Amino acid sequence: MSTTIDRQWTTRLRKRVEGTLPPEKLLPDTQPAYVASWIYVFGVLTLVAMAEVIGTGVILAIFGPQWWHVSGVGHFINSMHLWGVEVFFFAMIVHLWGKFAMAAWRGGRTLTWITGAVTFLASILTAFTGYLSQTNFDSQWISTQAKDGINSTGGGAFFNVLNFGQMLMWHIVLMPIIAVALVAFHVILVRIKGVVPPIVENPEVGQ
Amino acid sequence: MSKRYNPDVDVPEYTGRYAPYDIIKEGTIALVVVLILVLGLSITFGSPDDKAITLQTWSKADPVDFATTAFSELDGSSAVAGYGAPYNTNGTSQHWGFIAPAKWLGVHIPINTATDFVVSPLESQPANPALSSALAQWKGATSATQSAWLTAYSNVSGKMSFSGDRVVVPSAKDGPVPVMITSLTQMARSGALDQALETSKGFYTTDFTKPLLFLSDGTYFASLAQKGHLLGTQWGMMNETDSYPGQAWLWLYTFWYQVSPFNTSASADFLVWGLMMILTAVLVLVPFIPGLRSIPRRIKLYRLIWREHYQDL
Ligand code: HEM
Repeated sequence: MSTTIDRQWTTRLRKRVEGTLPPEKLLPDTQPAYVASWIYVFGVLTLVAMAEVIGTGVILAIFGPQWWHVSGVGHFINSMHLWGVEVFFFAMIVHLWGKFAMAAWRGGRTLTWITGAVTFLASILTAFTGYLSQTNFDSQWISTQAKDGINSTGGGAFFNVLNFGQMLMWHIVLMPIIAVALVAFHVILVRIKGVVPPIVENPEVGQ
Repeated sequence: MSKRYNPDVDVPEYTGRYAPYDIIKEGTIALVVVLILVLGLSITFGSPDDKAITLQTWSKADPVDFATTAFSELDGSSAVAGYGAPYNTNGTSQHWGFIAPAKWLGVHIPINTATDFVVSPLESQPANPALSSALAQWKGATSATQSAWLTAYSNVSGKMSFSGDRVVVPSAKDGPVPVMITSLTQMARSGALDQALETSKGFYTTDFTKPLLFLSDGTYFASLAQKGHLLGTQWGMMNETDSYPGQAWLWLYTFWYQVSPFNTSASADFLVWGLMMILTAVLVLVPFIPGLRSIPRRIKLYRLIWREHYQDL
């Protein structure tokens, strides 16, 4: 009887998840003593800045793309969205160089680095399509400038930066899904692997 | 250890001390701090919102620039008219040697500037005897006659002025062209051209390709951008209207446009994009690239980050 249950897909999936990411790893209450530096805060700052950007973006989405031109509250939410993005990128770039300085890809953490770097790219595309979705002079200018770069790669055949509807869809549907999925994967990988230990140049002399 | 230990790739197992660490509390404090920071920045600086311009604003502010651009759309000398893929086949697309992806992918957003920007919008206008006969004359003419008219008009268009709601040029053997240019300028000034271009594919529209391309061919649009420090040569990609910080993270991308060979190449966009794609791949693949992945060990910044740990050793 128990063997039948053990062979169930559901049971096997649960055991797998329990094995790779038990609750003590997902939400640990201790960390190795070397996790004591301001640099560790920047990953978390990036994460919460992203939450802020999504929150203000949701409010802008509720009222539609033109609302912020005519509403004082809307304009303020737009300001928060913009400054959230600036804080997000600042934190992310400090985080990136911090992780570089720590060679944080060591010990089987290459995929953590790669998902991080790809998230950086996805964030750039998200911000770019956001600038195109402003429905003001800035988006007119940025789109007509950017078209040449994208057209030169052939991408302009499918990704038309002058098509507002298409860019808005990328900005508020496709890119947020991609970015959130990437970040979730990134953070779960960090939890699975634990925080990378300091560099040991000579393992014989060791810790 | 069967494989040799590589300090850029491997880590020995950590057997040291663990200390309490409350990640949920850390995250909550971070959230509050970021919210306060963002609120503070938003209250202090706000955000820019310069109104979008229209073909109407443009043709009212600078009718001669508009009419000159309209003529360049008709005679095929504008940037969009000779762009190449994805809009038409009139130009060589950007390329590097034989690598020309834009050309390979071909025309996906067909734009014939004479038809789409001038003739079709004029045809959508309510019938008016002068315009109707000018359009009939234009469409009935052979292309040789059309280009003779265009050449004649371009010879006098340098003396163009705008008065009494008309585009005025010295008289020449330019057939229906003056009526067409004046009519299109009047149409633009009334706002009807914006409508005609936006709704050229039907009632519902979210696609502004045509009016934006038309705008981008004039000098008025770029002169507004120049005032806002938005030109490519002004590192414009990183700026926002009204001196707000823009996409500062594009600094490296913008940088290449300022230096040789990119700042003089006709295929600058393609070359810069190619270079950035390679550099991006390098960033993504740092953990695999010998030499590059040893840089952290050489610059030794990690000793500062983990200084307590190294002091304890
Ligand atoms: C939206 C963007 C990102 C978010 C929200 C994010 C979030 C985080 C968080 C919360 C951590 C754990 C805390 C910490 O060590 O700081 C982390 C770790 C890490 N991040 Fe990111 N990250 C992002 C982008 C990046 C980028 C661009 C890179 C590098 C290319 C990167 C590389 C890493 C690495 C290698 C670790 C593991 C660090 C370790 O084991 O000590 N991340 N990230």
